[in-house]
Amino acid sequence: MAQKFTLNVNGRDHTVDVDPDMPLLYALRNDIGLNNPHFGCGLAQCGACTVHLDGQAIRSCVTPVSAVGSGKVVTLAGLGTPEKPHPLQTAYVEEQVPQCGYCINGWIMTAAAFLRDKKKPTDAEIKTALEGLKCRCGTHMGILRAVKRASEMMG
Amino acid sequence: MTRMEKSASFSRRALLQSGGALVVSIGMPMSLDTLLAVSQAHAQGAKPPLTPDQLSSYIAVNADGTVAAFFGKMDMGHGLTVAIGQMVAEELDVPFKAVKVYMGDTANSVHQGGASGSTGIQLGGKQMRMAAAEARRVLVEMAAQKLAIPADQLAVVDGVVQAKADPARKASYAELIGGRYFNVQLDWNKQYGNTLYAPGKALPKKPGEYKIVGKPIKREDIAPKVFAQEDFVTDVKVPGMVHARMIRPPVAGSVPVKVDESSIRDIPTARAIWKNGFLGVVAEKEWDAIQAMANLKVEWSQVTPPFPPQASLYDVIRKSPVRKRVVETNVGNVDEAFKSAARVIEAEYEWPFQSHASMGPACALVEIKDGFVTCYSGTQKSHFVQAGLAATLDVPLEKVRVKWMAGPGSYGRNDADDCAMDAAVIAKEIGRPVRLQYMREQGTAWDPKGPASIHRARLAFDAAGKIVAYEFTSKGFSRVDVDTNGGKPRDTLAGQTLGVTLASGDGFGVPAESYDFPNKRLAWETVAPLLDRASPLRSSHLRDPVGPQIHFASESFIDEVAAALGQDPVQFRLQYVKDARDAAVIKAATGKFGWETRPSPRRDQTGVKVNGRGIAYSQRNGTRVAAIAEVDIDRSTGKIWVKRFVVAHDCGQIINPDGLAKAIEGNVVQGISRTLWEEVKFNDKAVTTADWVSYPILDITESPEKIETVLIDHPEIAPSGAGEPSIRPLAAAIANAIFDATGVRMRRVPFSPDRVKQSMS
Repeated sequence: MAQKFTLNVNGRDHTVDVDPDMPLLYALRNDIGLNNPHFGCGLAQCGACTVHLDGQAIRSCVTPVSAVGSGKVVTLAGLGTPEKPHPLQTAYVEEQVPQCGYCINGWIMTAAAFLRDKKKPTDAEIKTALEGLKCRCGTHMGILRAVKRASEMMG
Repeated sequence: MTRMEKSASFSRRALLQSGGALVVSIGMPMSLDTLLAVSQAHAQGAKPPLTPDQLSSYIAVNADGTVAAFFGKMDMGHGLTVAIGQMVAEELDVPFKAVKVYMGDTANSVHQGGASGSTGIQLGGKQMRMAAAEARRVLVEMAAQKLAIPADQLAVVDGVVQAKADPARKASYAELIGGRYFNVQLDWNKQYGNTLYAPGKALPKKPGEYKIVGKPIKREDIAPKVFAQEDFVTDVKVPGMVHARMIRPPVAGSVPVKVDESSIRDIPTARAIWKNGFLGVVAEKEWDAIQAMANLKVEWSQVTPPFPPQASLYDVIRKSPVRKRVVETNVGNVDEAFKSAARVIEAEYEWPFQSHASMGPACALVEIKDGFVTCYSGTQKSHFVQAGLAATLDVPLEKVRVKWMAGPGSYGRNDADDCAMDAAVIAKEIGRPVRLQYMREQGTAWDPKGPASIHRARLAFDAAGKIVAYEFTSKGFSRVDVDTNGGKPRDTLAGQTLGVTLASGDGFGVPAESYDFPNKRLAWETVAPLLDRASPLRSSHLRDPVGPQIHFASESFIDEVAAALGQDPVQFRLQYVKDARDAAVIKAATGKFGWETRPSPRRDQTGVKVNGRGIAYSQRNGTRVAAIAEVDIDRSTGKIWVKRFVVAHDCGQIINPDGLAKAIEGNVVQGISRTLWEEVKFNDKAVTTADWVSYPILDITESPEKIETVLIDHPEIAPSGAGEPSIRPLAAAIANAIFDATGVRMRRVPFSPDRVKQSMS
């Protein structure tokens, strides 16, 4: 049975009336109207649906709405804007990383959480932090260059 | 009075029919910036017909002087938008930023074949270049009349035609034609698709005159993606839309015999759509559609499981009757040469089925309103999907519009076209707009597959040790068991489940190289699919269709021969390639790599961890690529790390070196992935590789340390393709590097750790 939940997304409260077991991804995309997290697998295997929940990168495709509670959700659209970009967004544009771009949420949101806690990571630490995320177009090299560049921008 | 003004007194019909080179049709002075405006203009008759012989089908100048380029292909992520914009801006002499390229919308572009065979620049760009050159010629002539100055005394600077002698005497493109359409006839070759060509009277610029082509201009579609401002095909919503999901059989080939709708009665608004073998569900909410898909009780027909044991796949191919054999190259008398040979070297290679496994499963939205069909799709081929929808829905072609939107990556005939047809069937059935998205297992297990194949190569020497004959034969499933697009219902899951008559096509290929052997035969053979209808193992195009398969085998074999003769693999190749550009890419790659001349394998390593290097090269429709891999191998685990790749690439004229380098980089990573990890697995009933765990791809932790490209620019040679050629020789380069490191020859892809370890034991 549907229930009412108030979700705090990108700094704003949204009330949704949904099945408590429904993954957060569908609430974000269909009830709140944020297209940016993508459905990639529904299995927490690829990262295309990644958002931050209280600062942690989570897979919204397997996170039930009922588990979000009063946590603060941030999506790629909430991470930064063209006027006030997150360093990773700047680096992604400068390095011209994506091909299709469908996987972007996983890499940027995961890397953003990682770089917040880890200053000046080594190349190996960057790779390990991103392990398991998928990019089918094969832009791996660009992703690594962009995360490195962002880490340098973040000092 | 200018000709343009004069023509305004003509009736619109007379104007549209006159087709004179300088006649400009009169349209509303509207911006062409939205598709709506374009279709309105078209509907009002202000635009000449959208046919390949009309200049207005490719180029229009907006009221503000900016340029719209309408392109019947699309950018699947390699930055083709930028390259086409560069070519158009160059020929028109307008700033790059003044050009906006509209892609893959059947409402405003002609059928240029869609994204296909790396022809975006080679063929599609060639046409756009000629159209832009013709538009410039027409505009200069219009200015000549307006300014009363001969055309040869005029120059164009940033979209302003001005007298060379007195730049103050000028007329801008906006003044000359802004907001109206060209009505200029082109010399169309009467072909649609990739080969469509319709030049005007103008000649394109000479390379020495280029200001924009050849520059590393960046993509403008990246920022909107990075800031989550761009809609993908998955993001489109229309009023009244319902969500749909498909249901595939647990045993391939079986069909529903009983569908129990009471099993989803508790799910709000859910209902089943069942016609013959076609079964889907819809609901108002997406999550409810997914629940309905998961909960619908279906009784399936009893069928004999269709697939052989996976372990016997290559034997099945070996023993299957040949459905079609084509000898593409036959020089001299190969059979005689082998009969009298003093020594023969031969080998056989195997390549598995592989999946597109696009980043997200396909999604399409179909709306049927007042007899008009609109489809949003991530397809590579909108005009084919338009035809497929017309046939599937039994409506005239002109009543269907397909609008391509960026989808989750596409590398050939993935699941996008099937999804569009499935959505259309449901939309027609329920009379509502339908958004259908497949689930992960439907994207990975049910997409059309890159075909599995075996490859036999043999080479004959005479008593003096001279090479006298070479034969290479591929045998495998067809690259067009289902066609490269959803243009016909028989090539889609919707058509096949609804019961249309089948017509599996035959196609494969042969090595593309220039080895000069006195007797040489290159051939291919196809076998029938394992299941002829609605099969999860139906085969079609996957990036560089059959190229990686064939050249894994042919370039591994050349290496085997070099090793058997104790020769350096590069020196051996250079001795036999007869094409100068082939030799040049090989030399460019070896120069960049720092290739040390010596035979393989190296025999100086004794530890657990060993290292090697390998080269391979190939051609593809005019493009030449040589690739050198450096690999580290852990002999205790069989784990391979491709540490470094050097790729030398010659595709003639380079339009955008930055886009080219990135296209190559993506190809290299995807190529390593397909070589080391990717194999579609199946049991007797179904494909079992259905997600990222069962169908792994190269992880970021396995990325090479370096991918280096050497871009060889030939401004004087028409550009050939770059979207796919560089994936072609990679598997062989890796196999040759493994041999160099270990002395072990890998003849079956993928080189997963267990298989490598087994090969070395």
